[in-house]
Amino acid sequence: MREATLKVFRGTDYETGEFKTYKVPVEDGMVVLDAIHYIQKEIDPDVAVRWNCKAAKCGSCSAEVNGKPALMCKTRMDHFASDTEIQVQPLKTFPLVKDLVTNVAWNYEVNKKITPFTPAKDADWTFFQEDIERVQEFRKCIECFLCQDVCHVLRDHNRKDAFIGPRFLVRTAGLEMHPLDKANRIESLKDHGGIGFCNITKCCTEVCPEDIHITDNAIIPLKERVVDEFYDPVMMLLKKIFGKKQK
Amino acid sequence: MANYEIHEHDILVIGAGGAGLRAAIEASAKGVSVGLVCKSLLGKAHTVMAEGGIAAALANVDSRDNWEVHFRDTMIGGKMLNNWRMAQIHAQEAPECVRELEQWGAVFDRTKEGKILQRAFGGHTYKRLCHVGDRTGLELIRTLQDKGVHQGIDVYMECTVTKILKDGDKVSGAFGYFREDGRYVLFKAKAIILATGGVGRSYLVTSNSWEYTGDGHALAYDAGADLIDMEFVQFHPTGMVWPPGVRGILVTEAVRGEGGILRNSKGERFMFKYLPEATRADYAADETEAKKWLEDTLSGRLKTEYKRPPELSTRDNVARAIYTEVKEGRGTEHGGVYLDISYQNAERVKKKLPSMYHQFKELADVDITQTPMEVGPTMHYIMGGIRVNADTAETRVPGLFAAGECSGGMHGSNRLGGNSLSDLIVFGRRAGRGAVDYTHKLGSAPQISESQITEAIEELEIPFKRQDGINPNDLVKELHTIMGTYVGIFREEKDLQTGIEKLEELKKKFKLVKANGTKVFNPGWHLCRDLKNMLISSEAIARSALSRKESRGAHSRLDYPKTDDSLGNENTSVSKDGETMKLEKTPLNKMPDDLKELFAKKEPAHA
Amino acid sequence: MNQTKSALAPQKPLSTERRDIWWLEPALVAIGFGLFIIYATWRAFENNFYEIGPYLSPFYSPKIVLDWWKFSPALLILWVPAGFRATCYYYRKAYYRAYFLSPPACGVGGINALGLSQGKKYCGESTFPLVIQNIHRYMLYLAIAVLGFLWYDAILACIWQNQLRIGVGSIIFIANCLFLSAYTFGCHVFRHLVGGKLDCFSCSQTAKTQFSLWEAVTKFNEHHMFWAWVSLFSVAITDFYVRLIASHSISDLTLIGPPL
Repeated sequence: MREATLKVFRGTDYETGEFKTYKVPVEDGMVVLDAIHYIQKEIDPDVAVRWNCKAAKCGSCSAEVNGKPALMCKTRMDHFASDTEIQVQPLKTFPLVKDLVTNVAWNYEVNKKITPFTPAKDADWTFFQEDIERVQEFRKCIECFLCQDVCHVLRDHNRKDAFIGPRFLVRTAGLEMHPLDKANRIESLKDHGGIGFCNITKCCTEVCPEDIHITDNAIIPLKERVVDEFYDPVMMLLKKIFGKKQK
Repeated sequence: MANYEIHEHDILVIGAGGAGLRAAIEASAKGVSVGLVCKSLLGKAHTVMAEGGIAAALANVDSRDNWEVHFRDTMIGGKMLNNWRMAQIHAQEAPECVRELEQWGAVFDRTKEGKILQRAFGGHTYKRLCHVGDRTGLELIRTLQDKGVHQGIDVYMECTVTKILKDGDKVSGAFGYFREDGRYVLFKAKAIILATGGVGRSYLVTSNSWEYTGDGHALAYDAGADLIDMEFVQFHPTGMVWPPGVRGILVTEAVRGEGGILRNSKGERFMFKYLPEATRADYAADETEAKKWLEDTLSGRLKTEYKRPPELSTRDNVARAIYTEVKEGRGTEHGGVYLDISYQNAERVKKKLPSMYHQFKELADVDITQTPMEVGPTMHYIMGGIRVNADTAETRVPGLFAAGECSGGMHGSNRLGGNSLSDLIVFGRRAGRGAVDYTHKLGSAPQISESQITEAIEELEIPFKRQDGINPNDLVKELHTIMGTYVGIFREEKDLQTGIEKLEELKKKFKLVKANGTKVFNPGWHLCRDLKNMLISSEAIARSALSRKESRGAHSRLDYPKTDDSLGNENTSVSKDGETMKLEKTPLNKMPDDLKELFAKKEPAHA
Repeated sequence: MNQTKSALAPQKPLSTERRDIWWLEPALVAIGFGLFIIYATWRAFENNFYEIGPYLSPFYSPKIVLDWWKFSPALLILWVPAGFRATCYYYRKAYYRAYFLSPPACGVGGINALGLSQGKKYCGESTFPLVIQNIHRYMLYLAIAVLGFLWYDAILACIWQNQLRIGVGSIIFIANCLFLSAYTFGCHVFRHLVGGKLDCFSCSQTAKTQFSLWEAVTKFNEHHMFWAWVSLFSVAITDFYVRLIASHSISDLTLIGPPL
């Protein structure tokens, strides 16, 4: 049976932690998460890893495999040449807890600050498939936070103070484009969401395991809505004259 | 003694899947302080794995549908062993609960008239399942999660409760630890709602996640509640069988709802053979009629005069059929059967079943729009669980409530697809209300007993002291072998007895499990404690299965292949009696006559 | 989850654990754009060989002749397509990666080139100067006008001596306009303006029409990168072809109609 070599980060901080090498037998169709489970079962039961569904539906097993943010349950072992080491490490953008587990609590704090769904009191709840296709794409998000991890605004520049990150731009887009939502999140998107921090380099879209076109379908349309309200003098003037459009 | 942090709430909800979140939202909306404990991160609960839809008789697609038909389908699907009152509440309240979800931001697929679209599913007379492609569970949990976080619920993520604390016979709180760093935590609470889900991790081939270790079942059992109908374990007919790493991962019933056909390796559409006499008339008579039903479905016609294909029989039937086909040598290379949707337009398949398409493409290198899938039964759900009052969701322990999969009675001996998501929101809501009412009626706040805390801490610490003990992973492997071999789909007296003996041996070995390393996010240590719950629920399943000397719903006895009407009016109940498990037979609640008439006047479903 | 251990220090510029040749794509982009910019600059300043017979190079169209303007007329017009492309959402991605290294590739340490100096905190497109990118819609309006002239040129490129004449050049001109249109009308801003800004596509008859437009634009928008590159090359090739004929290096093959 083929054997794979995994280098797994072990430790509770980056100063003292180190990569530990494991040999793991490879079965057909095996994924990296299977290899980590093998290590837990047969070698080190205390290897810390988050996982739940093992079917790319819950977004728990996010890690960086050979430097690329990915879901371990979706990363096939046969994707790698058999003679190379596979390096598995935790998400870089978030504080380390242990081994492959990071503290992603910041994301949950950000989510709380987004104005929730606000339908009209008299809504009759009739709307059509074409009205919601966009929103449904955004609602496929499984909150794996890979986009947050890879986004250089958060990863390289650590601007968690001023930028909510792709995940929550997607969430905001899902609310703003809902045909029955009445709230306006555009101003807060500009001032508190930091949408201007995004320079649309599209890494979020590249890593999204749900194939959500984060940049093209969520972020850029939101950026243009911000332009409508804050940067386009003609639009702003028209709005002054004719009043804000009824949402 | 080790330190612990203390949090105080009126109501503590354990489990943050659909039922737990719904309960927490309901309770918190009524103004009480609510704490919500989840074993994983918020929004990762097993509810996200539910794919096909939420059953609710909205009658958007088929105007003939109403709660009475839904109630009847549920009872017939459960082989009349359901708690009739739960089935009634469920059928009556599901539509309202679904609309509520929509008003909280859930975005269901639409009919051409702009209403919530519904699809066909096994055992449901009419098209009834409200859905979002094949990721309905995700939609449900995200909607509830976003509703919940704006309502001031305190969420304790990655926290495991290991003991329910009591003051006399009343609930007074819970004790547990945070996974992140192993610090201990005491929750003081007047009422506790258990919404911990199922027990799937006791089986090797399962669609369930690691969290499903029967925590709620075991916590309630230890606290003095009784578990009913634990013998009824649902094997979902269609799990992935190849490659080995993905064995057991769910293939949604929606594939069959959208027209998926089951064939054996000889190419025979075998399900016609396995329709039980009692319901045969509700299904297409032959391939021609099944094809016509499908044509109507594909053309988007709301009603069809044709009967549904045999693949849409109840899950227990289909699972047994597949198992039998494979056992008799007509299985595929990897021990499954073929599920084929590839004859349909590829774009339609991708649109209706996007996550199935990706799941097979990425994990198995199979393009389901081109070739059939290989599928086989996988442990999916437990119908049995904590006995609750249908209206309030309260257990027999004052202040202890249960909702969702960990509660029992709603689904009888077999659950219909789509009834679990509706179960979560209907009884999650009921449990929230029930718990609030209870706390209002409660006089003085119950007291916490220090000795119970000491016990709980000792139990958690001890695996670190057994340095030459057993790796808990080894015991899990043994448990998988026992449950798979002796307490599987088909059961027999001598197998079950052997299984129980082996479980007893395993319980002894469990007293020697060890943990290495520190308490910081240590899955090995966590497993030491989870294993106890797995053993309790597994024993309950095995003992209950041994005691039911008939085949009914999901419980199939080779030595008693027939359903015995005389056993159809009793539940199996297990509860804790000192160190042993006490098993009793308790009578079913009597169904009132007006509901009984619904079965008597049962007109042909497709009149 | 209130415990925070040492947060990871920002990733060092250009450091990564990636093992694939991640630098290839930004390198190709940098070279591709670089070659085009060099060529376009040379041609714009050359002020020669841009017009012959029915053909007017797209770099010089519309041809603006002003007495007081002593430089190449291309400079009076090229800022429009240049500005349109410089503020385009695809090109921004490409050059932020390839030239600003912000970041050079996914999961590879970027530099804070956009904050303009390493000392400043990263602000991206939220402050001056990059906040100017928001004028993209105005550049679109102008680019559509220029595209109109190019189509006009393409039609003229099929007429010679008041007769229909199709040469290889005519075909190149028309192809170029098709590619440019596919790029221009697949623009993210255009997609927003024609319908993307609406929340409800079914709420009125106008909205339904806008929805159809939005769907059509979306089809092109999905391949915006492709059209961006194809049209970039086609403009350069069209210009180069005109230069070849105008400098009499080759002659234009006539397919239909009178010879040039």
